[in-house]
Amino acid sequence: MAEISPDMSFAASDAASREQLLAKVQPVDVPRKELVTGDKDFHWVTEKICGIPESKTPRWWWIMFCVAGFMATFTLFGLTWLVTTGVGVWGLANPINWGWAIVNFVFWIGIGHAGTLISAILCLLRQKWRVSINRAAEAMTIFAVVCAGIFPLFHVGRVWFAWWLFPLPNANWIWPQFRSPLEWDVFAVSTYGTVSVLFWYMGLIPDLGTMRDRAYKAGKLIKAWAYGAFAMGWRQSNRHWSNYEMAYLLLAGLSTPLVLSVHTIVSFDFAASQLPGWHTTIFPPYFVAGAIFSGFGMVLTLMLPVRAVFGLHNLITQYHIDCMCKIILATGSMVGYAYMMEFFIAWYGANPYEGFTFINRALGQYAWSYYIMVGCNVITPHLFWFKKVRENTALVWIICGFVNVGMWFERFVITVTSLANDFLPSSWGYYSPTIIDIFTFFGTFGLFSVLFLLFLRFLPMMPMGEIKAVMKKGDAHGHGTGTQGVPHSTTGGHH
Amino acid sequence: MAKHTHDTYGILAEFTETPAFYEAVGKVKEAGYKKFDCFTPFPVHGLDHQMGIGRSKVPIFTAIGGVTGFCTGMLITWYMNGFNYPLIVGGKPFWSPIFPFPIMYELTILLSAFGTLFGMFATNLLPRHNHPVFEYEDYIKCGDDTFFLVIEKADPKFDLEQTRSMLEQLGSTKVEVLKA
Repeated sequence: MAEISPDMSFAASDAASREQLLAKVQPVDVPRKELVTGDKDFHWVTEKICGIPESKTPRWWWIMFCVAGFMATFTLFGLTWLVTTGVGVWGLANPINWGWAIVNFVFWIGIGHAGTLISAILCLLRQKWRVSINRAAEAMTIFAVVCAGIFPLFHVGRVWFAWWLFPLPNANWIWPQFRSPLEWDVFAVSTYGTVSVLFWYMGLIPDLGTMRDRAYKAGKLIKAWAYGAFAMGWRQSNRHWSNYEMAYLLLAGLSTPLVLSVHTIVSFDFAASQLPGWHTTIFPPYFVAGAIFSGFGMVLTLMLPVRAVFGLHNLITQYHIDCMCKIILATGSMVGYAYMMEFFIAWYGANPYEGFTFINRALGQYAWSYYIMVGCNVITPHLFWFKKVRENTALVWIICGFVNVGMWFERFVITVTSLANDFLPSSWGYYSPTIIDIFTFFGTFGLFSVLFLLFLRFLPMMPMGEIKAVMKKGDAHGHGTGTQGVPHSTTGGHH
Repeated sequence: MAKHTHDTYGILAEFTETPAFYEAVGKVKEAGYKKFDCFTPFPVHGLDHQMGIGRSKVPIFTAIGGVTGFCTGMLITWYMNGFNYPLIVGGKPFWSPIFPFPIMYELTILLSAFGTLFGMFATNLLPRHNHPVFEYEDYIKCGDDTFFLVIEKADPKFDLEQTRSMLEQLGSTKVEVLKA
C-alpha cells in the first residue's frame, strides 16, 4: 500500500474513507533513491566510518602529509618575509593596493560557503543526500576560513596591531569605525568562522561518543579519554537526541542567513566604494552564487579522491555526484548570467566610466584573465548537462579544477581591473604579483591540505547517526527512507 | 513484589529492528510507564512523540542569546561611535540603528549559536561522564546497530518480574537488569 501524502489526510478523516480513496486514486509508490547502496546494515556503516581513523596510518597519508606540510612552509616563509620587511614585498603599488591578498581572501572564503550550504541550507530543504558529505564539507569550510583569514590579517601591515580591528579598548582610545564595510567584514568573517566551528562540533558529538566507546573497548584509554573529553558524556539517549535535533535545526536556521550575509558583506567591501565596476547592486547575490559554485567545485575536488581511496562508493553514490554537479551547473549559470547582466547595465546605465571598465575588462590589458574566467566559469559547467559527463568521475574532477581556477580569476578580474584603470588615466597602472605573493598563496593550499588530512586521520568523516537515519532499515515503519517518512501507523501519530 | 535490591537502576531491553523497537516504545508508554529512556544509534523519527517527550526547550536559550547579541551590537556601536568617541563621517549623525546593522545582525547570530549549543548541553544536563547505562557490558552496541529501551526502577509502575516479562513479550532480543 502506498503512502498517503500528509496534505491529503484531511480528505480521508477516517480509516475507511482513506482506504476507499486509495482504492480510487491508486497511488503509485514513487521509488526513492537509496542513499546507502549495496544493501548494507547499520554495523557496516559504523565499521566503515570508524574504521578509517582507527586503522593504521596508511603510507599514502604520510606522503601526502609531508608534501602538504612542505607546501605550507611557503606561506610561513612568505609571511615571515612580509613581517620582517614590510607589506611592500607584495606587488602592491598605487593605484592597485588590493592585489592578490584580497583576491585570495575572497577565493578562500567563497570555498567555505559550500560547506555551510550543505550543512545548513540543504538541511532546511530536507535534501537527505547531504548526510554523507556534510561533515567533510563543514571541515573544508573551517579550514578555508583559516586560509582566508591569513590574507587580510597580514594585509594590515603591522600584524601585531591586528587586534585593533576588534572593538577592544586600546591605548589610543580610538574605537573601530562601524560605517566601514571592512569593519562589517571583521564581524561577518569572525562570526562565520566561530559558528561554523560550533555547528561542526555539535554534529561531531554523537560520533565522538562512539569513537570513545570503541577506543575504550579496544583498551586504548588515552584515545578514549581524548574523544570522551569532547564527547561530553554523550550516551545516545533519545531524551538527548530530542534536544540535539532541535539545536541542530536551529543552528541550520542560523547558519543560513549567516552564510548569505558573509559573502554579501564581502561584496560590500567592493560595492560600497565608488569605483566603476565595483559600485553595483548585483554584487551580493552574484558573490553568493559564485561562492557556492566554487565551494561545490572544491567539495568534489576533495571528496572524489577520498571516495576512491577509502572505497566509499556505497555512501557517496553516483546520485550524490549528480546532485553536486547539478548545483555547480545551476550556480555556474547564475554566475554567467551575472557577467552578462553587468555588461548590460554598464551599457544601459550610460555611465562612461562604468562602460569603459567593462570594455576594458574584455579588451584591455587584463583581457587574458577575463577570458580564463569566462572559459572556466561560463563554459565548463555546462558540460554537466550531459549525464555521460556526470558519470565520468575523472572528468568531473577535472571540470571542478577548472571551476576552482575560474573562480580565482573572477576575483582577480574584479579586484585588479577596476583598480588598475579607474577615473584618471594619469594614475593608471599595471599590477603583477611578486614571488612572495605567489609563495604565500601557494602555501595556503598546503595548509588547507594539512588540516584536511589531519581531519581524515583523527575524526569520523561522515555523521554515522545521520546516515543511519536515512537508511531504509532506519525507518520506524519499514518503508520510506527515514527522517522524512511520515508515520501513520495506529500507534504512532505524527505531531 | 519482586526481589530487587537497592543497587538496581532498571531493566534494559535490546532491540535490533527499528519498527519492532518503535512499536515496543509505544506499548511501554501506553502501559503507563513514565521514567524510561531509549538509547539509539541515531535519532529515530517520531520517537519523541512515541515516548511522550514534549517540545525541546533549546529555543529559549537561542532566543536569549539572540536578544543579547542584538542589544550588544546596538550598545557597542552607539557607545563607541556616538558617545565615547564621536566620529564625524561624511557629516552624518553620530549614531543611527541603520549603518551598524551588519554588526547587530552578526552578533545576533553569533550569540544565538552559542545559546543553542550551550542550551543543548544545559537541557541535556551534559557534560556528565558517568551513567548506569555506560556500565552495561554491551553498551557499545547502542552507538552501532542496537536500540536499548531502559525502564528505571524509580518508575512507580516498575516491577522486576512484570516489567521484564512485558519487555520480553514486546520482541526484545535480550533483557538485562542494569545495576545502579
